[in-house]
Amino acid sequence: MNEIFGLSTLDLSRFQFATTSIFHYFFVPFTVGFALIIAILQTMAYRSGDLRLENLTRFFGHLFFINFAVGVVTGIVQEFQFGMNWQGFSNFVGNIFGVPLALEVLMAFFLESTFLGLWWFGKDRIPAWASLASIWIVAVGTAISAFWIIIANAWMQNPVGFELQGGRAVLTDFSAVVFNPKGLQWFSHIFTGGLTVAAFFVLAVSAYHLRRRHNPGAFRTSFKVALLVASVGSLGVLASGHVQGQTAIQDQPMKYAAFSALWDTPKGVGMPESLVALPSNALRENRFEISLPYLGSFLAFNNFTEKARGINELQAEYEARYGPGNYIPWVWPVYWAFRVMIGLGVIMLLVSLIYVFRWRQGKLDDPGRLYPVLLVMPLVPHLANFSGWITTEMGRQPWIVQGLLRTQDAVSPLNPLWVFVSLTAFWVVYLTLIGLDIFLLTRTARAGMHEPEVEAPSLPSPHYLSEGARP
Amino acid sequence: MSADLPGTLASVWFFLIGLTFTIYFFLDGFTFGEGLLQPFLAKNEAQRRAMIGTVGPFWAANEVWIILGAGAIFAAFPLWYGTLLTALYPMFALILLALIGRGVAFEYRAEMDNPRWRIFWDVTAFVCNALPAFLWGMIMANMVRGLPIGAGGRYGGGVSETIDLFSVMGGLATLSLFVLHGATFLLLRLDPAGDLHRKARRAALTFGAFATVLVLGFVLLGFVGRELFNAFGLSEWLFPALAALNLGLIWLALTLRRDALAFAATGLTIVFSTATIFVSLFPNVMPSTLGAAYDLTVVNAASEPYTLRLLSWACGIFLPLIIAYQGWNFWVFRRRMQGRDHAEDGQMVYGQDGP
Repeated sequence: MNEIFGLSTLDLSRFQFATTSIFHYFFVPFTVGFALIIAILQTMAYRSGDLRLENLTRFFGHLFFINFAVGVVTGIVQEFQFGMNWQGFSNFVGNIFGVPLALEVLMAFFLESTFLGLWWFGKDRIPAWASLASIWIVAVGTAISAFWIIIANAWMQNPVGFELQGGRAVLTDFSAVVFNPKGLQWFSHIFTGGLTVAAFFVLAVSAYHLRRRHNPGAFRTSFKVALLVASVGSLGVLASGHVQGQTAIQDQPMKYAAFSALWDTPKGVGMPESLVALPSNALRENRFEISLPYLGSFLAFNNFTEKARGINELQAEYEARYGPGNYIPWVWPVYWAFRVMIGLGVIMLLVSLIYVFRWRQGKLDDPGRLYPVLLVMPLVPHLANFSGWITTEMGRQPWIVQGLLRTQDAVSPLNPLWVFVSLTAFWVVYLTLIGLDIFLLTRTARAGMHEPEVEAPSLPSPHYLSEGARP
Repeated sequence: MSADLPGTLASVWFFLIGLTFTIYFFLDGFTFGEGLLQPFLAKNEAQRRAMIGTVGPFWAANEVWIILGAGAIFAAFPLWYGTLLTALYPMFALILLALIGRGVAFEYRAEMDNPRWRIFWDVTAFVCNALPAFLWGMIMANMVRGLPIGAGGRYGGGVSETIDLFSVMGGLATLSLFVLHGATFLLLRLDPAGDLHRKARRAALTFGAFATVLVLGFVLLGFVGRELFNAFGLSEWLFPALAALNLGLIWLALTLRRDALAFAATGLTIVFSTATIFVSLFPNVMPSTLGAAYDLTVVNAASEPYTLRLLSWACGIFLPLIIAYQGWNFWVFRRRMQGRDHAEDGQMVYGQDGP
């Protein structure tokens, strides 16, 4: 009754949350960066009156649309499952956590879905400036949406502006929640990460068509815009990630120690940084490790002497503070996901810089020998996001709200059978969705845009015929 | 209703949530209805597209109202949120999967010009419109009937407690109401000279009859058999009576061929039915069948006043804005779809402004 195939309701609910969040996050950051790129392109089209650019925005708009709907519908699951699977969590934090969630809907979701509809279906019914305004509103809406959801998540990682009353967290200071330092750092990380997802996709599509000399004039423009966005995005994501890692030592020291597989507080002068390690939770040490002296202090504190505390010391401290229990996250996935994330971030920056350099040399029309790399690059930011969520969410276990509520105390008293059935259903549906999304994106991207002579910017695909009529 | 501020504010929030659900059922009701009628009314690709086109620019924004409704319950009544969603877990899981399927069907159906691809999405869309249309009724019925909720909002029952004649009747009532609402929406949006328009009117008359019987049956089951809706006091018959009166009005409007009136009337039926549910619940948000001590009420399930005040400010500022721009969206697409929706060649021909 309490287990199915050896899995408890808690295990299944955690797995379901991870599944639905990571799949949802496959679609969402794409929208954040893509709306901005399309808005920039449409602004250029509006100012120049260039029909090719206008066609280009409709072409990318079509790709945006394919992705957007899936992002919206998978997002509903995110909201509902707090109540469905995490009743204890809902009761404990609803007072606080619900507010940014409600604000996200009020300030962003309505904006995005209404104005995207207007932009897409209403192109010939509203003036050009209103169409331009609509896509900018969509772009701003996606950023607002990301902001509130990150503020909510940051509260779970670093709870502020509350007091405990009758066994639940009660909001006392909303501005503390909004200006949670964790949230602001996080938002810049998530937002710039979103930029890279879309930018490398647009780069790949543009390179594909540049290579084939389809509308080189238009795709050169989208290549340049995407390249700038990719450069800003990769720089920003690395810089904000670095700051975040450093602050984790203060507010989530256990998570930081897991990043570095730092079991014992280093003795001697300075903290080394592990380069390769095989961490073992059972042994509470690394089975194998290569580390560089002083590098840890330099990365974490910008000097060569300061040290972070190790996992074993923190475990003893938490037991003294919160009572007996295991406060150590599962170290090896956190450690490796952290390194994969950073490695992929560095690759993104390198590729951007190489192409900025080629641009300065006037060689943009020819994607060059790195062309195959450009075509694979859209996967890289996705993998980095995936690793990032593993790092941060597994790194804070066993806490669902840092220091206040453990994941095991937050789960709903459900029959594991129902969670098992729903989990299976979500896997089937989400895998299908990802497959279809990739299939349709690739297909539409390769088909390219309508030639300007054809002049069919409002009719990129048949179903919009039904509402895309010209008066 | 208590006079102190937390109780009052919580009560205001309870009715705001009721309002959000009402708007949601009104707006998404016709989207579900359109999808459910499609296989029965459209006989070729052109007609299918014409029908999809009637809701194309609206469905995404319509759906946001349920995200707001759920978010508002989460923030304003956390205890209610956790209990409701946990107790009715299988129903909500099905609704979520169906909403995913419906949204994707909308967007992906026309991406490929392949008959099998389209049939796949048409079937998906039909199933995914039918499930929420039915399940929302079941959920509302369970909410008013009450569930075996214990201390701290812990649900002690299984799935069998959530399915009985009353909740199935609730499901059928919403299903038929949404189909009816979808039919009158189509009357407003389609070319009045077309084949589809004629069929939509016939469907509206048929489902008007179904909806009348089922909604009245649901109300009677609840009222007579289970002594629900007692909270009304003197006006206990008011909302159900108004809902029934409206169904009469719908028939009249359909017979007189007043499309706008018919749509307004089916919309009002949904408004009054939803209002009945929420008014009869008050001051509970979810009664417990284990005893009044375990009832979740607007007071014991609510968030603290500070949170509620914040939410009030946010809604005060943003709701009028949302209503304004969503209204503008409907205004931009106010024209009827003009065209030979019965054309066999799949070509749409667009005319000038509708009435």
